[in-house]
Amino acid sequence: MTEGIIVFNMTPNVLRNFFSKSATRLYPKETRETFGNVRGELYNKIEACIFCRTCARKCPSQCITVDTKEATWQCDPFVCVYCGVCVENCPKKCLYQKNEYRKPAIEKEVIFMKGEIKKEKTEEDQQEK
Amino acid sequence: MARTIIPFGPQHPVFPEPLHLKLVLEDEIVKEAVPALGYVHRGLEMLADIRDYHQMIQICERVCGICSTIHAQCYCQGIEELMGIEVPARAKFLRVIWAEIHRVQSHLLWLGLFADAFGFESLFMQCWKIRERVMDINEATGGNRVNVSVNIIGGVKRDLAPDMTRWILSELDLVEQEVKRLEKVLLHDYTVKKRTVGKGVLTKDQALELGAVGPTLRGSGVAQDIRQLGYAAYGDLSYTPVVAKDGDAYSRNRVRFLETYQAIALVREAISKLPPGEISVKVKGKPEGEIVSRVEQPRGELMYYIKGNGKKNLDRLRIRTPTFANIPPLLSMLPGIELADVPVIVLSIDPCISCTER
Repeated sequence: MTEGIIVFNMTPNVLRNFFSKSATRLYPKETRETFGNVRGELYNKIEACIFCRTCARKCPSQCITVDTKEATWQCDPFVCVYCGVCVENCPKKCLYQKNEYRKPAIEKEVIFMKGEIKKEKTEEDQQEK
Repeated sequence: MARTIIPFGPQHPVFPEPLHLKLVLEDEIVKEAVPALGYVHRGLEMLADIRDYHQMIQICERVCGICSTIHAQCYCQGIEELMGIEVPARAKFLRVIWAEIHRVQSHLLWLGLFADAFGFESLFMQCWKIRERVMDINEATGGNRVNVSVNIIGGVKRDLAPDMTRWILSELDLVEQEVKRLEKVLLHDYTVKKRTVGKGVLTKDQALELGAVGPTLRGSGVAQDIRQLGYAAYGDLSYTPVVAKDGDAYSRNRVRFLETYQAIALVREAISKLPPGEISVKVKGKPEGEIVSRVEQPRGELMYYIKGNGKKNLDRLRIRTPTFANIPPLLSMLPGIELADVPVIVLSIDPCISCTER
């Protein structure tokens, strides 16, 4: 007889779920607020970048390409694993990660940024000194 | 009676990952099982040749999604021992906290998949619903749901502020309450027992002989767990392995279910004993020599063999994952059972194929 009662153990959980708030959201219409320090999309404040290539060297997935002569910084967001190693090691703290994850896409794209070569400035500084 | 060979997998509704078993059947009874692996081999060990030893942390994390932080912890502990780095006490406790949070989510994931294997869909969804809270803890503390990525050589990257630990504790209380509501279902329900009790028996002697690890070993009555060695901060925490004696699928289910409570208790204890101080130390030099590092993953003992040559690239990295060790025990469980029970038995070892093939 007891065996018969034991069958309905899940029923209280089912009923509780039936009368409680939905566990899911109508994504993408409804989104949850992100947590403060989430490692999301990676970008570069190019005006502060000195093109030292530290990020490209430290990156475990080799997604960043830096051209020091041309002053370009590019990142393949589909190769990036969003580990945040580049952000931690950036000497100028110009790399940053947003709190939101990158949205899925059907076409590949590369984040390409062109800045100014800082070398001339430093030479001028030296001359001033 | 003629023998038939039925291919089980690599694509099968119960498998989250591709494992191929050739089942030799006589009528409905399995006589022999021959495994075939290699569908998700990614060559992660070879990456040690071209990535430096710091970059390998991120690669080790990606060996397994479900226990990413524990893989990184095992690797970092090995390198630290090789280089003679003493990790601060706070970092050790933080590593335990993240590892145990990972254990909770891994076991909840497995409990759900196991329920799914015997067709208990509402139980499956309930387990995964509870798991979402744990994933949120991962995201809020480490910055990502799956690859928490907090371990570095010499300690951890992120700290837990007092208000964050309070929030973790309150969330874990809710998780525990919700898991408790499933205790009657997972441990005493007629449907669950009917599909698991007495199925896929692995005796104590067989488990030891075939080198079973983790809940598969403890489900056969052997109280053996790497955490007993007291690595990281486990030596300062009260820990005794959860054991079940019968060695069947139900016992393994029982061990994992009770370990979920235990992992929550360990997080609570680690948070209460969390010492103040630094969370990492500076690393100088390059690893040289060879070492074997072991930790307890949700699925069992994880082993890393690391060989450094004093350069930035490692000479050799060899990863032995618990599922690899649990495949021979699985093959000894299968003969003699019905074809319909194969999914339940295979799932009962908690197979992680991507881990195994690296």
